[in-house]
Amino acid sequence: MADTVLAGDLRAYRIVLGSRIRSQRAYRFGFRLDLVSSVLVGLVELAEVLVVYAGLSRGLGGLDVAAVVLVFALADLGFSLADMVVGHCDNLSTYIRAGTVDVFYLRPQPLLLQLVTSDISLRRLARVAVGLAALVAGVAVNDLILDARTVVVLVMAVVCSTLTFAAMFVWAAGAQFFLVSGAEATNAFVYGGRYAASQPASVWSRPLQAVFVFLFPMAFTAYLPTLLLLDLPGSGWVPGWLGWLSPVMTLWAWLMALLGWRFGVRHYQGGGG
Amino acid sequence: MTEQPIVEARGLTRDFRVREGLRRRVVHAVAGLDLRVDAGEAVGYIGANGAGKSTTIKMLTGILVPTSGSVLTCGLEPVRDRRRLARQVGVVFGQRSQLWWDLPLRESFRILAAIHHLGREQERARTDELVERMELGGFLTTPVRQLSLGQRMRAEVAAALLHSPDLVILDEPTIGLDVLSKQRLREFLVEERRAHGTTLLLTTHDMGDVERLCDRVVLVDHGTVAYEGTLGGLARRADAHRVLVLDLAEPTPDLLGVPGTTHEGSEAGGLRQRLALVGEGTTVASVLAAVSSRAEVLDLSVAEPDVEDVVRRLYASRREPPPTDE
Repeated sequence: MADTVLAGDLRAYRIVLGSRIRSQRAYRFGFRLDLVSSVLVGLVELAEVLVVYAGLSRGLGGLDVAAVVLVFALADLGFSLADMVVGHCDNLSTYIRAGTVDVFYLRPQPLLLQLVTSDISLRRLARVAVGLAALVAGVAVNDLILDARTVVVLVMAVVCSTLTFAAMFVWAAGAQFFLVSGAEATNAFVYGGRYAASQPASVWSRPLQAVFVFLFPMAFTAYLPTLLLLDLPGSGWVPGWLGWLSPVMTLWAWLMALLGWRFGVRHYQGGGG
Repeated sequence: MTEQPIVEARGLTRDFRVREGLRRRVVHAVAGLDLRVDAGEAVGYIGANGAGKSTTIKMLTGILVPTSGSVLTCGLEPVRDRRRLARQVGVVFGQRSQLWWDLPLRESFRILAAIHHLGREQERARTDELVERMELGGFLTTPVRQLSLGQRMRAEVAAALLHSPDLVILDEPTIGLDVLSKQRLREFLVEERRAHGTTLLLTTHDMGDVERLCDRVVLVDHGTVAYEGTLGGLARRADAHRVLVLDLAEPTPDLLGVPGTTHEGSEAGGLRQRLALVGEGTTVASVLAAVSSRAEVLDLSVAEPDVEDVVRRLYASRREPPPTDE
């Protein structure tokens, strides 16, 4: 019985997502334009990082320009994968205004799952490709030997990075139940967090480290895994071995995200007023 | 009736805090509402804008948590059992669509069937039934965003009914529809009830909807029930009567003291006179007989009370204190 219910639910989600994918393919020209512009933006951002670090002969925060490519690649790949699958969540205020959230309530599925599976942005695939290319380049320029340890760290980094950014989108969605101009306010965190993720955490001041290492675990999405990959020592509060705690910090991010979502839903229904 | 009611609300209350500049005000959108809808009934839930209709529906379906009071819908607690309840209730919010606007209509039905776990056979039978009875066949392959309002509303209603819910809640289903589309939708709903015994709860501004679809009306004002009963009873309560308009052969003094009537006015020096039929059991024939002994009647017409006017009158007679400041 439980199996058939689950199978039925999975079928429903699959059909919704399938229909979203088909509808995006229907607008070919716009879709291609999106793909091209995403690639361009990705390359410009990568160039920006390269230009800054190429000017510093001794690197910054203990990382040279080759290492920074790795940081950028992991952050970009994780973010764009999360953005593709759950990026529409931080548009919740639009959903609320359009009445879509009320419609979610009238369907026999969990609200968050409905929101997550209500859309998928295939045009983000271009950005994923940029991130992946940067990662391949990063592995090459750092002369990484793909032994078992390196592969484990890479897989752990990409999975945890994606999940952590996804958690941030869900957290943003929860916050938008409270905020009137929600998207603008939460974008500051989502894109600020993404930017923080692509920088070496060692250059930040202590308060920034506290926020982006332990509260919003952005340092765990790219900087700390890079330290592991390159066997670098790290510094002060953020030693190199901390990267092994990525899965734990991913769980922490999701705990915060789900709590935030729950508070948001309560607020929407008026439990808290 | 021993059967459990489909909707049972007791003392249902919902407050909203509204910020006005620096002051905070509490608005009692729904205030101590008692509502009972039995299985198979069709109830018109009417009232002015802001009377609390939509807030009530959101509490019945688990979207909003009541501030106090209790509500059971289909025997379930809406907020706690939202997902189970969703399988037994179909809702159409006139202003918000549950269709996928960029997909052909047929796709929306397919997705909703999957969401409600309809088997293949079940899905086909029910979709065919709805397509035929709502005449959706002509635009099944059209993307929803290209449908006319009338087509879209019929599609919305069909979508809400796809999983054969026990209770159907329609919030302003005929708003903005032309006469023909309204007519079609109403005929369909009457059919649907006859075929499946579906319970219907309808909020509307359109008294034609109430007259043609509902056994009973509940009038809500300032979040409480102002009247409950038949539409005719509502007219009587508001002291609205049928009016007999008489065209007479000669100018005649006001026709006062005709049994079962009150004189409402005269025009053209008494050539045309208006008599309200106030007494129980007063018939046009008996009034006519009484009048013809006093004047020669050339022509007559009977004006039925306008229900919107009835509702307005009832509101005017109920002056509630304004919402209190906190």
